[in-house]
Amino acid sequence: MITEIRTGTLLEVKHISVDYGSSKGIVHAVNDVSFAIEQGQIFGLAGESGSGKSTLVYAIARLLQPPAVITQGQVLYYPTTRAGSESSQAGEAVDVLALNPAQLRAFRWRELSIVFQSAMNALNPVLAIGTQIIDVLRAHDPCMTRNEARSRALELLQLVGITPDRLHSYPHELSGGMRQRAIIAIALALNSKLIIMDEPTTALDVVVQRDILAQILRLRNDLGFSVIFITHDLSLLLEIADTIAIMYAGRIVEMGTREELLRAPRHPYTYGLLHSFPKLHGPSRSLRGIPGSPPDLRSIPSGCAFHPRCSFTLPACHTVVPALLPVASEKSKAPSLEALSSGHGPCVACHLYTTELNPGGPPERLESEYVN
Amino acid sequence: MREGRTVGSWLAANGKVTFGLSIVFFFIVVALVGPLLIRQSPTAFSADVLQPPSAAHWLGTTQTGQDVFAQVIVGTRVSLLLGFGAGLLATIVSVIVGLTAGYFGGLVDDVLSLLINVFLVIPAIPLAIIMAAYLPFRGPLPMAIIVTITGWAWGARVLRAQTLSMRKRDFVEAARASGESRLRIVFVEILPNEIAIVAAGLVGTVIYAILAQVGLEFLGLGDVTTISWGTIFYWAQNNEALLLGAWWWFLAPGCCVALLGAGLAFINFGIDELANPRLREERKLKQPAQAKKEAA
Amino acid sequence: MSTKITTSTTEEPILEAVHLKKDFPLRKVKLFGAAEAVHAVEDVTLVLRSGHATALVGESGSGKTTVARLLARLYAPTSGTIRYREEVIKARGERALQGYRRHVQIVFQDPFSSLNPMHTVRHHLSRPLRIYGHAHTASEEMQLITSLLERVNLTPAEQFIPKFPHQLSGGQRQRIAIARALAARPSVLLADEPVSMLDVSIRLDILNLLTRLKEEEQLALLYITHDLASARYFAEETLVMYAGQMVEGGPSEEVIQQAKHPYTQLLLSSAPDPDRFGSSGLQGNHKVAPWIPAKQVVSGNGSGDVPSLIKPPGGCRFHPRCPYAMPVCQQQFPPRRELGRGHWVHCFLYGGAHKTDAKPSTDVTDLQGQGGLEQSRSLNSRESIQ
Repeated sequence: MITEIRTGTLLEVKHISVDYGSSKGIVHAVNDVSFAIEQGQIFGLAGESGSGKSTLVYAIARLLQPPAVITQGQVLYYPTTRAGSESSQAGEAVDVLALNPAQLRAFRWRELSIVFQSAMNALNPVLAIGTQIIDVLRAHDPCMTRNEARSRALELLQLVGITPDRLHSYPHELSGGMRQRAIIAIALALNSKLIIMDEPTTALDVVVQRDILAQILRLRNDLGFSVIFITHDLSLLLEIADTIAIMYAGRIVEMGTREELLRAPRHPYTYGLLHSFPKLHGPSRSLRGIPGSPPDLRSIPSGCAFHPRCSFTLPACHTVVPALLPVASEKSKAPSLEALSSGHGPCVACHLYTTELNPGGPPERLESEYVN
Repeated sequence: MREGRTVGSWLAANGKVTFGLSIVFFFIVVALVGPLLIRQSPTAFSADVLQPPSAAHWLGTTQTGQDVFAQVIVGTRVSLLLGFGAGLLATIVSVIVGLTAGYFGGLVDDVLSLLINVFLVIPAIPLAIIMAAYLPFRGPLPMAIIVTITGWAWGARVLRAQTLSMRKRDFVEAARASGESRLRIVFVEILPNEIAIVAAGLVGTVIYAILAQVGLEFLGLGDVTTISWGTIFYWAQNNEALLLGAWWWFLAPGCCVALLGAGLAFINFGIDELANPRLREERKLKQPAQAKKEAA
Repeated sequence: MSTKITTSTTEEPILEAVHLKKDFPLRKVKLFGAAEAVHAVEDVTLVLRSGHATALVGESGSGKTTVARLLARLYAPTSGTIRYREEVIKARGERALQGYRRHVQIVFQDPFSSLNPMHTVRHHLSRPLRIYGHAHTASEEMQLITSLLERVNLTPAEQFIPKFPHQLSGGQRQRIAIARALAARPSVLLADEPVSMLDVSIRLDILNLLTRLKEEEQLALLYITHDLASARYFAEETLVMYAGQMVEGGPSEEVIQQAKHPYTQLLLSSAPDPDRFGSSGLQGNHKVAPWIPAKQVVSGNGSGDVPSLIKPPGGCRFHPRCPYAMPVCQQQFPPRRELGRGHWVHCFLYGGAHKTDAKPSTDVTDLQGQGGLEQSRSLNSRESIQ
């Protein structure tokens, strides 16, 4: 099922940079970020506050407001054939950043949905949730009759695990988890192929969070959309994302599949993050965490932005910005051809993995630095 | 968020505030040094009766030959002192009553709120007139007391509402947990956070105090032997300056009142913008919303 | 671990709460019936000991924050007693409570709102020093502030003293909040979700700082959290609350590895835990979410939420969500059941010797006997398979 869905690339982000203009100079919020998302994939974007993860997806969705400017890069979207719809331009890439307002509007309607962090508070308090879903459906497709829209709304609510009798409930009658489900139902209403979720569960309790994550996974498997999932909580991504990118100070420092990241994290920052949350099982060990605090984007350290907090610094780390490069997998020493061509092999931006700069090779156990 | 030093620098950068402040500053300078510079005594009679403005009498003379310019300059001191004094007094009362009612709540709040509401619904000017008429003695001090009594309630009400919303804030609870006394919590922890509202209230009350005082004195309810803007009006009205065509007699003090009121109002607009971010012109970078973690 | 457990039972309790209850009356004029109230905390009993951390775990609406504020005496309990070193705290009113506050301090969840935006770090730290008479002169005060800042790893201290809260990062603010609590020289520190508002990489720093304070200064700590894993990492003892009721407690390792109450089990299975699934993750079995009790998947109508605390369900408040609910669960709150090694639970599933007059007594005893334990064991094994 999953392999069938993943037949091609859905979205490609190339060398995108975003600056904020401020009175105190220019802030580089996102710096030369590239990645690709396949159809049906859940792409996780993890980072702390100020890492630029939200700015990055707002840039992709073209939602940035003036002081923020996209200074370079390209966002390519590859539309897919939609079952039962008039898709004429399948396979042809859409340059999202070049769309004019009318095209952008159409693009947002048809291809992209966004679930914001505080989305559950974005529901109109004076309208029943059913009405709000029906409104979206009818605005999207004016030909749809009220009854059709109603039955589709019921279908959507059931899809996200809300019983049909809640159609006439007002937002204040629903709990936080239910409201968040309703928002996801609205995001699903238009059959978007790509759903951006910005911290969709951070305001919710663990039990409800797990419920909603399960729902998202199930729907993804049934409907085949792709998800960009933004969170500060790496442990969440390790459970639901296919591919995970770790952002630090506006750059992706490591990218790889969930398994790769969990089993063989390469960047010292990823390592630190993985050892920043205590475990429920296994021996209780004392963890050291990452020293220092995330950098201020107005004064990003030179070279590798992580070097002031890193205990493996090489001379080059202070001066040269490491590029995000594919790395050799555990078994073979050279990066695999497959990884290089697809751009989905593990990638890391760290001088420890550059033979010229670090002939000795990466340290055997990064772990010793983070665990006592 | 109102934050330490940025408030001062922001106020300085705000055009309205600068404009308002310079007007008020001008009047303060006049009140301080003006009386030292004038040559004629404002109360001295002369033969130049009802002269229009001239080189000798810049703003003309009254029916008894007194110099209007000298009277306005000397009157500025009294009027300003009374306006600011009464305004300050009323603000202090409103801060004490408003914060006490808001922070303590319960019965204290009920009683004080009742008091505030009573003073709000009583028409201030008629009350002031009645009080001024029945007070056994007249002069600037009773005038200040009257203006204070009639002018404190509005500020108290606004401050009470603000304090009510602030008393359950974490930093107030934290101060309680560190063992701070209630008095210190109210006046050292909460009050500084309401300073913009207090300042706006003060400016507003000063405007009211000046207008009320001028009005009462115009009606002859002040001490008509002292010289202030209000008493100039009183004598001008008493001597039928309007009928005699002596416009210079009341025009100058009128302009002073209007100008000072405008200056204070401009300061208030500025403070308003500071306290209410919606009125603020775009000045901060919009930051992408960041992780808002689980609430307890 | 085991040594810690034994010492914790021998150590004299410093702060004890017995049958604490807190209702918040609703300000609504009702024509008929009694005035409504939010029953936030119902019968909480806990003990804090020197040099030991007790974690209070629960979701939002569980009443855990209310417990912290009751213990800090920011709220007066509706009923129940608080004892500090065996002395019952009866006082009401700020002045009378000052003596208590000298010993019991609290750190709030949100460092962005718990510091006064109009005051400097110096003000925040100097106030408790002055109030409790630890500093009498300005130079004494400066010296103590510097050492406080150093104790919470804010160095160079001089650099932080004149700063306003908005000039500090979240982690630094929380350290200031901790330093302020320490300034009173308390013997009990109540930490209300001290890390949940902070960035992931900073959380451990703060937890490790609290651990150091606990060990070096023999502080008694109450650690309030929604995260069982951090409770296990940080606290010797863990208590689980649901909708204002204590449902389970005991040594952290016991409670987490041998969770008995269905709610604790639900919490555990909901927590993100990459290790448990090996490499298959949550994705491995996507057809039915495995960690959600069957009942919830079926109903899916908000049963996953904490009930209203204005009209809470009778008996065990978890029964509407509990896959093993029995009739008796609706009628009365299960008594505390000791399971050995300090582990206890409030659940009828483990009530072997429980004498009850509940109506369907035959059913109950049956379930409470072998049946109940069997069932729960199978519940456990099912969880672990997943």
